[in-house]
Amino acid sequence: MSSINSVHWFRKGLRLHDNPALLEALRGAQSLRCVYFLDPWFAGASNLGVNRWRFLLQCLEDLDASLRKLNSRLFVIRGQPANIFPRLFKEWKVSRLTFECDSEPFGKERDAAIKKLASEAGVEVIVKISHTLYDLDRIIELNGGQPPLTFKRFQTLASSMEPPEPPLDPPTLELMGNCVTPVSDNHTEKYGVPLLEELGFDTEGLAPAVWPGGESEALRRMDRHLGPDSTAAWQENFERPKQNSSPLLASPLGLSPYLRFGCLSCRLFHCKLTQLYKKVKKNANPSISLYDKLLWREFFYTAATNNPRFDRAEGNPICIRIPWDRNAEALAKWAEARTGFPWIDAIMTQLRQEGWIHHLARHAVACFLTRGDLWISWEEGMKVFEELLLDADWSVNAGSWLCHSCSSFFQQFFHCYCPVGFGRRIDPNGDFIRRYLPVLRDFPAKFIYDPWNAPEDVQLAAKCVIGVDYPKPMVNHAEASRLNIERMRQIYQQLSRYRGLSLLAAVPSNHTEDVGVNDARGATAPPERRRMPCSAPPQLGVRREQPGPKHRGSRYRHSLGHHTSPYTNHGHEFAVPQQPGRLSWPVGGGTGKKEREVEHNGCHGDSGPSSSAQLKDYEKRREDAGGVAFSS
Amino acid sequence: MKRGQKRVDEAEERCVSGPGAPEVCKRVRRAGSEEGVSVDWRLLPEEILLIIFQYLPLLDRAWASQVCRGWNNIFHTPQLWRCFEFELNQPASSYLKATHPDLIKQIITRHSNHLQYVSFKVDSSTESAEAACDILSQLVNCSLKTLGLISTARPSFMELPKSHFISALTVVFVNSKSLSSLKIDDTPVDDPSLKVLVANNSDTLKLLKMSSCPHVSPAGILCVADQCHGLRELALNYHLLSDELLLALSSERHVHLEHLRIDVVSETPGQTFHSIKKSSWDAMVRHSPQFNLVMYFFLYENEFGPFFRDEVPVTHLYFGRSVSKEVLGRVGLTCPRLVELVVCANGLRPLDEELIRIAERCKHLSAIGLGECEVSCSAFVEFVKMCGKRLSQLSIMEEVLMPDNQYGLDDIHWEVSKHLGRVWFPDMMPTW
Repeated sequence: MSSINSVHWFRKGLRLHDNPALLEALRGAQSLRCVYFLDPWFAGASNLGVNRWRFLLQCLEDLDASLRKLNSRLFVIRGQPANIFPRLFKEWKVSRLTFECDSEPFGKERDAAIKKLASEAGVEVIVKISHTLYDLDRIIELNGGQPPLTFKRFQTLASSMEPPEPPLDPPTLELMGNCVTPVSDNHTEKYGVPLLEELGFDTEGLAPAVWPGGESEALRRMDRHLGPDSTAAWQENFERPKQNSSPLLASPLGLSPYLRFGCLSCRLFHCKLTQLYKKVKKNANPSISLYDKLLWREFFYTAATNNPRFDRAEGNPICIRIPWDRNAEALAKWAEARTGFPWIDAIMTQLRQEGWIHHLARHAVACFLTRGDLWISWEEGMKVFEELLLDADWSVNAGSWLCHSCSSFFQQFFHCYCPVGFGRRIDPNGDFIRRYLPVLRDFPAKFIYDPWNAPEDVQLAAKCVIGVDYPKPMVNHAEASRLNIERMRQIYQQLSRYRGLSLLAAVPSNHTEDVGVNDARGATAPPERRRMPCSAPPQLGVRREQPGPKHRGSRYRHSLGHHTSPYTNHGHEFAVPQQPGRLSWPVGGGTGKKEREVEHNGCHGDSGPSSSAQLKDYEKRREDAGGVAFSS
Repeated sequence: MKRGQKRVDEAEERCVSGPGAPEVCKRVRRAGSEEGVSVDWRLLPEEILLIIFQYLPLLDRAWASQVCRGWNNIFHTPQLWRCFEFELNQPASSYLKATHPDLIKQIITRHSNHLQYVSFKVDSSTESAEAACDILSQLVNCSLKTLGLISTARPSFMELPKSHFISALTVVFVNSKSLSSLKIDDTPVDDPSLKVLVANNSDTLKLLKMSSCPHVSPAGILCVADQCHGLRELALNYHLLSDELLLALSSERHVHLEHLRIDVVSETPGQTFHSIKKSSWDAMVRHSPQFNLVMYFFLYENEFGPFFRDEVPVTHLYFGRSVSKEVLGRVGLTCPRLVELVVCANGLRPLDEELIRIAERCKHLSAIGLGECEVSCSAFVEFVKMCGKRLSQLSIMEEVLMPDNQYGLDDIHWEVSKHLGRVWFPDMMPTW
């Protein structure tokens, strides 16, 4: 019998606990080598910020340290997997290759290529899902072949599935058994984890990491979550920051970067959250919303898994085209914390220095850059986050930006975060600003969010003159919001073909998505049932009945008929812009699509005619009601 | 090829005599089958081609026009050029494509007399606004019915020399004489140019949108209202709104007003605003009982002094910045015609009583959107219960709903759905 020589390939999933692919590698194997590919050229040329590289290297160090305890080592290989694997397969007589499933389009493409190389070399490949709670393909299948477009729909689907599998234990020395890792004397030289300096980063003056990377750190944080003071963790996870700056600061309990690099298993987190809930809430059953943070991540992974253009505006079927301004100067001011709005600048400073910002802070700066104030494309903001944000996964980052800029996922767009008022409501004293923008430290709380409004003597007393020591605000927020809300309204009206005056009604409705679980799984109880308090008063029977299949109204039936996403049904025409700009700003000379003509027939001045019969009607109406020609 | 061309011409000639559409279709089919091959597209009768052309994007039409002389003729049919949207973008400032300069030239030389519904979409660059003005000043042969100048990003018309903009715009005012709709938000239009508009188009003008036009004075807009009795829709900033304007719009000779949109924007913090007399609003409602008053507020909290003191016939109300509990309380007392209310933000104390009062007093309220406005779950449920099914739009961020001893976050969508009679969820933003 031939011996099994395994290679486990680390990419994300930089951990030993809950690593099913790694356990597969061990099963009956005589040898195991854990590899990680690092492209030194990519490091120097890439746009990843130094914080992300440091975090990654710390993860690898930690992994190597943990493997040593199993008498093994990590092999950090310089180069591209596709170039190097064939040689390794031969050199190490590899018979089994294992890795964690990567759901992202480029990862899938890369993995397909490696699988092909492996099969050519006669190497068995085992892939396991452990970066996500669920098998994303199953979710898409449940949703009729299309990824769900709203988070609510996603929640419903997720709760109709079997609960995520419990996390697996890390390999132990016993489990290793006779399996060995052949390590040469020059291992560190050849396969050691490089230093930041070796990758060409300038580390002089680099502040210590606020977020130290690695599985051990992740698990320590996890344990603290469940420590004696679980209420702190509770607030951390489930409550909105209130009245002081502390939630805005990096927390020693924060976990998102660890989930991003897979130092922490999302299934372990899920499991621990459930335990925490049961402990705090005295054994009540948690509702699905407990897992929102984790589910948002899954939601974006699902939305992106089959869409290689998920991070683009052009050619991305779920992205609304918005005529964003191209303005490198304004973008730079935002990215470099020079907007003149202390709240925005403090957040961007924190992001650059530490690599993490609170989710409400993300909303604030993303809204400011895009639909709120600067009217700059979300793609630009996404690129900056990709460089600076430790937890910015390709799917999650792009998805969040699509959401924040109201470019997808059917958001209400009326609500723009005020770059002055929003921060003030979270942290009235402005301690957060003082911490990251020391130049404003001596401003009184009254003016710290809008220092340009402070009288001159206040500015002088604070030793900070606005326009000299700190920039003036780069936009008039009132004016910018007036313009931008109007533009969003017009764009959304064209999408929804709504012609009335209501701002709220301009958002395309998405009934297909709001409906309960898939009929195909009729036996599955709607998740909401689980939320029913035991002591529900009898008159509330209605709500028990409401989602039940029996009581579904015709609207439900109708909606359930659409198993596919609205984008491939009625929504197709508007959701898939064929030419840049066509979607949101149809060309007057007639843009072809019938719906569009119908839409314009009523009363829109920016539009094209349709068939001559319609045209006459259209023009007649225009003459009759010329007055409403622009009433969009 | 020549033969083919001839046949097309013949076909066109026959079409002119005007057979019905089914007849035409039959003929085409017959023509196709005679040759034993598929339909010869060049034989398509003109009226069908025209319909097809109307469905094609401009670029495709341009390609098609190169097929043969017949198709080229169709391409230039006046009907296809009544409506045109000039897209003026610079690669440096926009991601969008621009209308090709050659096409613009061709339109001006061959089709300017056909143009009736024209709009300009310009990006944030001054060059684009400049280009729009150049085109405008060449539109001397046309009689426009609608004209829209639309800034798709930062308003760039404002950056032009005023005189340059005005002279281009007045070319259209003087030559058109039958303008019914004019959308010139965020432009440097001024009083004298409005006078030219009125002098030439007073009988036809029905719609005028001019939000944020800082060079117009209350007297300037009053002149429009006095002369243009057919005006049905008007959008302007609050500083142009006066009692005189409302009285002029509600004069006997004036048609019913349909929409009035007012943007209340603060330029400098602590700005004071004039007030409008209740009697003027009353006159307006008497004259146009159905009219919609849309008001957008972009004010600091301390600038709301003169607003919502007396009854105001507002139907759609939008607060783009934080607004105090007190002002929202006044809204409940003074806005009986309210149909839609959108509040982006409010202070830290929950809005409970204010919402209940609005539900009680605003009997027509059918849409509400709440952003950063904390509301206790039970007050929210009570509000929805009071409004019931007439609430066709209900939007609130989940994170601002405050659980209380009656309802938790998990119950609320049930309660609300029950009262609305449809499935409802709060809005969510990613917590990532």
